[in-house]
Amino acid sequence: MIEDIELEALINDVYEYYGFDFGSYSRASLKRRVSRVFYLDGFKHFHEFLSKVRTDPDYCKRMIDEITVNVTEMFRDPSFYLVLRNEILPLLGTKPFIRIWHAGCSTGEEVYSMAIMLKELGLLHKSILYATDINAAVLETAKSGIFPLRMIKDYADNYRDSGGQQDFSDYYIANYGFAKFSEELSEKMVFSQHNLVSDTSFNEFDLILCRNVLIYFDNNLQKRVVNLFDDSLAVLGFLALGTKETIKYSISQTKYKQFEREKIWRKIKE
Amino acid sequence: MEENKRIVKDCKVVIIGGSAGSLQALLQILPFIENPISFAIVIVVHRKNSDEQTLEALLALKANIVVKEVEDKVALKSGFIYIAPSNYHLLFERNETLSLDTSEKINYSRPSIDVSFESAAEIYGSSLIGILLSGSNSDGTLGMKAIEQAGGITVVQNPVSAEMSFMPNNAILHSQPDYILKTEEILEFINGINKETT
Ligand SMILES: C[S@@+](CC[C@H](N)C(=O)[O-])C[C@H]1O[C@@H](n2cnc3c(N)ncnc32)[C@H](O)[C@@H]1O
Repeated sequence: MIEDIELEALINDVYEYYGFDFGSYSRASLKRRVSRVFYLDGFKHFHEFLSKVRTDPDYCKRMIDEITVNVTEMFRDPSFYLVLRNEILPLLGTKPFIRIWHAGCSTGEEVYSMAIMLKELGLLHKSILYATDINAAVLETAKSGIFPLRMIKDYADNYRDSGGQQDFSDYYIANYGFAKFSEELSEKMVFSQHNLVSDTSFNEFDLILCRNVLIYFDNNLQKRVVNLFDDSLAVLGFLALGTKETIKYSISQTKYKQFEREKIWRKIKE
Repeated sequence: MEENKRIVKDCKVVIIGGSAGSLQALLQILPFIENPISFAIVIVVHRKNSDEQTLEALLALKANIVVKEVEDKVALKSGFIYIAPSNYHLLFERNETLSLDTSEKINYSRPSIDVSFESAAEIYGSSLIGILLSGSNSDGTLGMKAIEQAGGITVVQNPVSAEMSFMPNNAILHSQPDYILKTEEILEFINGINKETT
């Protein structure tokens, strides 16, 4: 494991040289991730690693892509998707347009899951799904809609557990170990790089999903990001987080009402 | 064994890891721990995603110490039990909060015992006690070594009293546990933590 002071030196340099600020990331996880790249790339001395990051922008980009945790699934936590399908999306369905933001979408499995549900509810044609991440490499995968075939069985199970009743295999074509999802699903998706640490609000949304991203941030940054979502959310819109995340410490609870016992909050006033 | 036994008097955290067969041991230990405790107990056990709430519910019912739900960045306080949620790695922060991470499984496991033990060792050093219970996987051994190196105390469930002996055996083989104890001795050991020995 690298040392605390080495990690702080790296954080400083990445900010100074490239403007990416990891200063408010949870240290325990960040330290493990940086140590992982350090050993993976065969470095022996931290100063060598540091000077590589400083002098080689491509390497710095690789390092950032490697330290972000991109693990994701389709219909992750089926019970959450069941509530979206049965309760949240039908409420939004009464609107002329539905604008959704997936913040920290990683390789896009979450966005395709959403598109499948919207399609089945007959809402996809009037929806738009913005999907953003700090990591440019994962966005490329997300755009392609191509996921490893070995995961599909789990995803099909998750799909069924979250209330899906169609034949899941109708949504993709299997080829050489990969499943390519139908372009009908991706037509309404817009992918772009967006950094929750430093970028601002770019639209108004009816539903914002930011699942398993805030766990990587300290309390101050969580507060900043939740307020960014607040600025980007229409009144009566919904904010959905991961199963172990909360907005409790970040924003006034008089403005938001938790939806049953889910990690979903409705904005009840401006 | 005898000479490397050290008296534990400034323990802040007891972290317990286990896999297959560890629930039985926990149920023989937790209900009988004398309340209140002057440290925090953190439990990291492997389980299926489907058992999500059941483990917390079961242990909360049986233990006479309050089980706190682990959410991201909860404060880790003495006097309580914390259980690692399924599908997240559980980590320790310098400001004495717990944080979660969904990165790749380690030893086919998330939560991984190694990950939590190593992280706890970094923060709590010699104020940490690690206890490794029954299991049929090698997770936990590296974690025990990390605790050892950081000056903490390590306890392995005696393989003869463990339902699955692989995990404790593996730790005994590859590290130098301070204590190898049967289930009921682990209970006694925990009840003696931070107390004057006569
Ligand atoms: C564990 S994934 C979550 C994926 C998906 N939302 C889910 O729950 O399955 C976390 C994602 O957050 C992204 N991320 C980390 N820091 C970020 C930042 N500052 N701005 C935007 N995205 C960030 C990572 O690149 C990663 O893809």
